[in-house]
Amino acid sequence: MDKMPAWADAILVPLISLLLAAILSALVIIGIGEDPIAAVKLMVSGALGSTYGWGYTLYYATNFIFTGLAVAVAFHASLFNIGGEGQATLGGLGVAIICLALPWPHWSLALLAAIGFSALFGAMWALIPAYLQAKRGSHIVITTIMFNFIAAALLNYVLVNVMRPVGSMDPASARFSEAVHIPTLHELLAPIGIEFSKAAPANVSLLVALLACFLVWLLIWRTRLGYQIRAFGKSESAAKYAGINPVRITVIAMLISGGLAGLMAINNVMGEAERLVLNATEGAGFIGIAVALMGRNHPFGILLAAILFGFLYQGGAELALWTSIPRELIVVIQALVILFTGALDNMVRIPLEKLFVRFRRSSAGGSSR
Amino acid sequence: MDLLTIVQILDSTLRLATPLLLACLAGLFSERAGIFDIGLEGKMLAAAFFSAATAAITGSVWLGLLAGIASSILLSLLHGLASITFRGNQLISGVAINFLAAGMTVLIAQDWFSQGGRTPSLIGRGRFEQITLPFADAVESTPIIGPIYAELLSGHTILVYVSLLAVPLTWWILFRTRFGLRLRAVGEAPEAVDTAGVSVVGLRYAAVMICGVLCGIAGAYLATGLQAGFVKDMTAGRGYIALAALIFAKWRPWYALYACLLFGFLQAIALRYQNIDLGVFVIPVQVMDALPYILTVVILAGFVGKAIPPRAGGEAYVKER
Amino acid sequence: MTAPVTAPSPSPTESRATAPAIELKGISKSFGPVQANKDISIRVMPGTIHGIIGENGAGKSTLMSILYGFYKADAGEIFINGHKTEIPDSQAAIAAGIGMVFQHFKLVKNFTVLENIVLGAEEGRLLRPSLKKARGVLKQLAEEYELNVDPDALIEDLSVGHQQRVEILKALYRQADILILDEPTGVLTPAEADHLFRILNNLRAEGKTIILITHKLREIMEITDSVSVMRRGEMTDTVSTSGTNPEQLAEMMVGRKVLLRVDKTPANPGEKFLEIEGLRVVDDAGVERLKGIGLTIRAGEILGIAGVSGNGQSELLEVLGGMIPATSGTVRVRGEEIDITGKHSDGQSRRARGIAHVPEDRQHEGLIMDFHAWENICFGYHHDPKFQANRFLMDNEALRKDTEAKIERFDIRPPNCWTAAKNFSGGNQQKIVVAREIERNPDILLVGQPTRGVDIGAIEFIHKQIVALRDAGKAILLVSVELDEIMSLSDRIAVMFDGQIMGERLPADTNERELGLLMAGVTDAPTGAAPALEETIHG
Repeated sequence: MDKMPAWADAILVPLISLLLAAILSALVIIGIGEDPIAAVKLMVSGALGSTYGWGYTLYYATNFIFTGLAVAVAFHASLFNIGGEGQATLGGLGVAIICLALPWPHWSLALLAAIGFSALFGAMWALIPAYLQAKRGSHIVITTIMFNFIAAALLNYVLVNVMRPVGSMDPASARFSEAVHIPTLHELLAPIGIEFSKAAPANVSLLVALLACFLVWLLIWRTRLGYQIRAFGKSESAAKYAGINPVRITVIAMLISGGLAGLMAINNVMGEAERLVLNATEGAGFIGIAVALMGRNHPFGILLAAILFGFLYQGGAELALWTSIPRELIVVIQALVILFTGALDNMVRIPLEKLFVRFRRSSAGGSSR
Repeated sequence: MDLLTIVQILDSTLRLATPLLLACLAGLFSERAGIFDIGLEGKMLAAAFFSAATAAITGSVWLGLLAGIASSILLSLLHGLASITFRGNQLISGVAINFLAAGMTVLIAQDWFSQGGRTPSLIGRGRFEQITLPFADAVESTPIIGPIYAELLSGHTILVYVSLLAVPLTWWILFRTRFGLRLRAVGEAPEAVDTAGVSVVGLRYAAVMICGVLCGIAGAYLATGLQAGFVKDMTAGRGYIALAALIFAKWRPWYALYACLLFGFLQAIALRYQNIDLGVFVIPVQVMDALPYILTVVILAGFVGKAIPPRAGGEAYVKER
Repeated sequence: MTAPVTAPSPSPTESRATAPAIELKGISKSFGPVQANKDISIRVMPGTIHGIIGENGAGKSTLMSILYGFYKADAGEIFINGHKTEIPDSQAAIAAGIGMVFQHFKLVKNFTVLENIVLGAEEGRLLRPSLKKARGVLKQLAEEYELNVDPDALIEDLSVGHQQRVEILKALYRQADILILDEPTGVLTPAEADHLFRILNNLRAEGKTIILITHKLREIMEITDSVSVMRRGEMTDTVSTSGTNPEQLAEMMVGRKVLLRVDKTPANPGEKFLEIEGLRVVDDAGVERLKGIGLTIRAGEILGIAGVSGNGQSELLEVLGGMIPATSGTVRVRGEEIDITGKHSDGQSRRARGIAHVPEDRQHEGLIMDFHAWENICFGYHHDPKFQANRFLMDNEALRKDTEAKIERFDIRPPNCWTAAKNFSGGNQQKIVVAREIERNPDILLVGQPTRGVDIGAIEFIHKQIVALRDAGKAILLVSVELDEIMSLSDRIAVMFDGQIMGERLPADTNERELGLLMAGVTDAPTGAAPALEETIHG
């Protein structure tokens, strides 16, 4: 018999971890001489109090859905893809190349091409670490970290030496043409009579992200490939017995993971900046780790966690604007979430399991088998 | 390229290699004991801030050093708590520590100094002084040997020499002492250590603490030796380069020295030259930036000598019959 | 007490003559809902060898782990040489003069013998004096007890038998007076086991107390002075070895008369279903694991492979099951050659060829322990069209229906297809695997250690299923380290040693002694049945 019911594992453990992270964050805010309750109020009104706030919250959430799914798919194969940052960077490069290379007649075609290119570039950036892990046993955590730095250097080189328009001092690509501008939520919702902030960057990529959530769910829990990925992730020796090729699954899982991370670029590069700039990803690749951990590697959980982090990001920006609390507070919260839902998971889980066992014994008496 | 330029580049290599070397040896102790540590970066960063902040407030660089080490040890204990006591994922814990340090340093810096996440510039006894080795002035004019001695070897802060001495010391501890034997054993086969009646948890905590001390010195050197004060994210990936150097060195102390000197040299080159014109083609500066990482991937791929990590690395010890 | 390294016991010596070396009183230990030890009491007199016998999972290892301070008992007391002793950790056990040789050696593989001996028992903060002292002591011990090992060899370069000696040396170096050995012969050849027993005899002669944990009756009869029998966490009885016999012990072990024979009719072999010729496997480390295996199995027969574990049986199953590639050789299934290089084949293509496989290690191979029963029921057969809803998705409903049917037919408990594999007992886990593999109605069934860690009831059930499949005209390759199981199930027995087939026998024409010799690699035993096979061995 399981030590703990499934719902407790899926909901209670992350909630308690989140609560612990929240309490510590509040202590940090008190520590720097601010009022945590006022801070939360400001964050809520700033991030959720207007369609402008929602527009930013959802824009960030879109990024985090993609990177969270990326980390989760790899996690299911027992691979820790810490390279979402680099893969998203490369995805941005793919988007910029395809958007600038062709005179696109309509944004929808450009979006489809951008989806393809961003996923392709992200996947390719994950391919070498995947191959090295599968074939040569090089630890994927280390190689993907290295590839993050290599990606940053590559982007730097490309922007400074190749894509920078002549005469520009700014290490950034040229602006994309008007034709590849994808609709924002304002433009999407206006025809059906909903007034949404014009200035907010949330855009049609959000729908792509939601679709990605659904597809990843199907992939992991309903398809043969997902079955094989999960089986491989749980036990490599058993996978070998069942004729599941470890090299193939490692590479495919990482390609999907890298592709998902790369897809983020349709949101931040194509949907928001509309050009490629240095450090376009702004750490979203790493936040994917926190999102996946908190969402228990389940697309629905990831969706919720991504929205929470979107809220934190937008709320944090508001805090930085109106108080003396720097934006880095969000980095601290992110660290605490990773710490409690990831590394210190057992600290919450073990006492909780004991509690459940004791509860059962006292309520069920000797009837348990 | 004249001798002076070469000496200057090598001098700069030594300075830049120092934090890498200290962090690399820190990682060596931890990983040899079976605890993976990708939180070197975070520990250095925390130490850099607290050493600079303390030095700025008290005016004493030595107090700064102590504060830096203390902050780094604190994060080490957190890593130990997560990965040893609660048997959590060591990699995830490391990631969390890096973010925690990145956020907290700026938050506290802003709260204490209100200078946009930096400390005031350190002056006078707030920084480590450069030590002039004996007779450095006297031999400076001697050709070749003079500049090498006076420029390259002399004139560094004490922490540079500490880091160099840490290499043979680490080797001696690992391979000539009881503690070293047990430390290496616990990273290879913790069950052997446990059944021999030695505490696995105790040894691993000890290793993690040593890691904290060395990271603390590395961070303090960054903020009070190499530079004069703390700025946001000042470690700039050095913790990861140290990790790369550790793999490059195959978890061995002397190799760690060579690897860190190599990576320090690449940084020195990148710092001095924007692009290197080889006549036939130009090596852009970004290649220099990326080279440590590329080299590490090549080493990891096992094409140039395989790097085999300690066998029990990354896994919490659970007693089994 | 003439051995120079044997320090006087920490307790006063006057009580030694009468007090037992070890006395356990009322030891109990539970792991969650499982009670591993129930109110166990035991007395072992000094200078004797005491056997503890019982089935897998009877609680023997748990009891000894408590004595060695690995686990803390929930209740009960421990007396060493008549003195009540607390053993909270291994350090305390060592201090009390207890040494333990675990079933899975606790050695640092890339350390030298000397470093392993010294680890945890160093003289001071520096290594050099410790190593020097250990070298001297080792030399003495080697002479005294036939415990020769090269002190400067790396552990990973030593044979299993030598590694075990290092473990014994470790205990003696720590001046152990009481030595516990947990299933020490499982990994040894009969010759190595004989050597071990000579060492144990020498130790007993020197006044050491030895506890031997085993599930092999033969060993108990051969070397022990007294024996305790454990069953399902309880101590059934303690008797003097000279006053008992194997049949009586076996009955005490399982709690009723054991059916050593499986009810089955004589085999009725048909066409050749599986033909193996010159099969060689060289592993990644360059070690030749299979050195030219030749075997034939016909429809309607069970071929049993006997052998000490680690002589290539696992590799044979893995190659045939498509888990590892062969280096050379040919394998024909119903007359048709199949790819064994692993380039064009894997576990999937083997299954497609009608080869089913009950693997040796169900927890790490046969099942995904975290998956529900219904997810495990298609493991390996997840490509089967009957489990697919359409081109893209699997049919989970069909899987659950299939699982429920199998739960019914194989009496798997608890009868819940949503239970995770890890929450079934060993016997029920094995039933899931057997149900999955046998119900495919394969032409060939590979079975490895079908009843390891399985309770008696399930053993009989599983044996019956295997015989039923044979009677349905299928070919079965059975690998087991339990000679009894091989003898009672097989229609033909092949013995493996060092990656080779040493010979084939018919169960009726052979006995355990002859098979034991073959298992030890002694080839001059008279050749009996299946002369045709001898030709193909070196072919």
